[in-house]
Amino acid sequence: MSEPALHVKPSLVPDLNRVPPVDEVGVIERTTRFCKRSIKKDSKIEALKLALSMIDLTTLEGQDTPGKVRQLCQKAIHLHDTLDDLPHVAAVCVYPTMVGVAKNALTGHDINVASVATAFPSGMAPRAVKLEDTRMAVGDGADEIDMVISRGAFLQGEYGLVFEEIAAIKEACGDAHLKVILETGELGTLDRVRRASVLAMHAGADFIKTSTGKIQPAATMPVTLVMLQAIRDYYYETDRRVGMKPAGGISKAKQAIQYLVMLHETLGNDWMTPDLFRFGASSLANDVLMQLQKQKTGAYQSADYFSKD
Amino acid sequence: MSGQSKLSFDGGWEYAPAPQDISHIQLEKKYGLFIDGDFVAPESGNYFETINPATEKPLAKVAAANGADVDKAVRAARKAFDGPWSKMSAADRGKYIYRIARMLQERSREFAVIESLDGGKPIRESRDIDIPLSAAHFFYYAGWADKLQYAFPGREAQALGVAGQIIPWNFPLLMAAWKIAPALACGNTVVLKPAETTPLTALKLAELVRDADLPPGVVNIVTGAGDTGTALVEHDDVNKIAFTGSTAVGRLIQQRLAGTAKKYTLELGGKAANIIFADAAIDQAVEGIVNGIFFNQGHVCCAGSRLLVQEAVADEVIQKLKDRMETLIVGDPLDKNTDIGAINSAAQHKRIDEYLKLGQEEGAEMYQSSRPVPASGYWCRPTLFTGVSQSNRIVQEEIFGPVLAIQTFRTMEEGVTKANNTPYGLSGGIWTDKGAKIFKMTRAIRAGVIWANTFNKFDPTSPFGGYKESGVGREGGLHGLSAYLSLEPRR
Repeated sequence: MSEPALHVKPSLVPDLNRVPPVDEVGVIERTTRFCKRSIKKDSKIEALKLALSMIDLTTLEGQDTPGKVRQLCQKAIHLHDTLDDLPHVAAVCVYPTMVGVAKNALTGHDINVASVATAFPSGMAPRAVKLEDTRMAVGDGADEIDMVISRGAFLQGEYGLVFEEIAAIKEACGDAHLKVILETGELGTLDRVRRASVLAMHAGADFIKTSTGKIQPAATMPVTLVMLQAIRDYYYETDRRVGMKPAGGISKAKQAIQYLVMLHETLGNDWMTPDLFRFGASSLANDVLMQLQKQKTGAYQSADYFSKD
Repeated sequence: MSGQSKLSFDGGWEYAPAPQDISHIQLEKKYGLFIDGDFVAPESGNYFETINPATEKPLAKVAAANGADVDKAVRAARKAFDGPWSKMSAADRGKYIYRIARMLQERSREFAVIESLDGGKPIRESRDIDIPLSAAHFFYYAGWADKLQYAFPGREAQALGVAGQIIPWNFPLLMAAWKIAPALACGNTVVLKPAETTPLTALKLAELVRDADLPPGVVNIVTGAGDTGTALVEHDDVNKIAFTGSTAVGRLIQQRLAGTAKKYTLELGGKAANIIFADAAIDQAVEGIVNGIFFNQGHVCCAGSRLLVQEAVADEVIQKLKDRMETLIVGDPLDKNTDIGAINSAAQHKRIDEYLKLGQEEGAEMYQSSRPVPASGYWCRPTLFTGVSQSNRIVQEEIFGPVLAIQTFRTMEEGVTKANNTPYGLSGGIWTDKGAKIFKMTRAIRAGVIWANTFNKFDPTSPFGGYKESGVGREGGLHGLSAYLSLEPRR
């Protein structure tokens, strides 16, 4: 299998040896502290609503059908109509073949269609296929592309190749926003997570994203914190704000609030928006809705009162 | 990366108050002295108030012990030593100490709330650190009680007798545990004097000791100010003095003990250097700096109050530190989200303020976080000083507040020289990704405790104590046992 030669100037590839090391013990200590914040009353309601607005409602199954995708889009528009003042989710995230269906179903609504691409989830396809995958999804109307990096190349130290591939996909995205999935569960160390984050941002990522959801562990707080810190340092260096998307494994409202605390105390107010932070999740929305209902009525309702889509 | 912060932490999403429930605590209006198993009135009839530093409101009246009270307490301790305590099997002594540990765990919530009320420390710290660690010390030393002969092979491990113990206000219950647990495990009886501004958890511990059915006189607690401590130090029938507090008072105690047969351990001040190398995990080092100096409002003898940062990363570290400081919540110690509580007393508040003025007069640049602090009570925003040098007093002297003096260094040798250029030697911190550098530095830094890539970590198994003017002797671990034993070679 031959890869195209490097098109970018080598000088654009960041020197990953300059990326600061990461101490895992210290990272876990810090994330434990975030979980000790006690978020109550108004601040809880505010956080729950913000979390809803940041959700990329996701279905990425081989058995997905147009009907299921339309159903998910309905959910995205009508989260829980018996609750007032609810935001809508940020996007619906589907496979490329479902982009057209989702686009139709969401017509007239301010909800983006995100599509995974680049031979998701493994990324084990030739460059040309990945580019075509991306172009077709964008052509069908995807507003956002969630690509996967070539973990094999990255782990081999072929940083230039990974960089160049991300840059090429970014170009293929046109106006669509590019989220770069690092698949941190396959990177093995937080040092590599940090380096991959730096590489992706320099190559043009609009968002960096933890996981495909197909590999365990998916999103964790330590991994997300390391990526947020990389985003912060990149912002100080370049003035460009890159977004963050933890995906997979965040299914409870309480977890979502802990992630928001982490976001708030690492990157500050500017990132507390769906433009710069997303949750990739399928079951989180209902748990947040249940919590909001509980805040309103004082009692938990049965899960049967919330639509499962 | 230097200069203005590019991040905004002001306004936006705020955490609603999350106050700890305090309805379950039981505080008396007035506390006597705990002598011979009972609370008794002081001979003088004098009481003083202990206040909540977050509100400046009184919490309770506490007895002021004079020489006669101290004498009574020492006599009770002697009687208990001669009587039940030294005759009891070591295993049974251990059972009593285990019982204290368990009961402390059971009542941990009440102890945590009272610790925060009386001393001003955030409930998160008293709940997660002070109280669990206190119980851990009792558990740890309870285990040693019947194993002393194995701890010191070839030695005859014998109790000293009556231990006089004087503790500070920064970790009131934890220091009581550090003192009482090893003393009892070694078969001694104790007279403990808590600090004047934070006597309440020691008095609650007295109640617990009584509820645990310890023989009367094994633990005695006498409250009061400096003169109470003096009476204890000078008492003829005390065999051992254990003191934690300022170097100035430690020096006086050592003078008074000169020429007597009393054994002593002194755990005194510090001005620890936290040394950040350019190859460190910077973001985690910043957390370590924060924990090193802002933990417990900086009222920590082993606080990392001097930051030595390698020049290549100095701007970055300082910028990250400033951003991090904006997320530290200063305020109500009983709010679960509070990071920095109240300064312990009006006197300490004044002292810190004087150092803040002094630092600026010395030409250093002061930076404080912009977060609001409550109107009443004693508060100090987290504070940095840059542009300081070795000759500045804020670099040399222990401030005992949330105040960090920042210096840079170029070579490892310069870092070591600056770190050791202090009369103190209690603790130190080293941050580097290179293991070899850690070993090289730990050999070079003259301090009793050195943390590598972490800071302010405590464990009952680990000895703690200082070099130079930071003290004499060690507490904790096996070393902590030997301070309460006579260890003659076995015949």
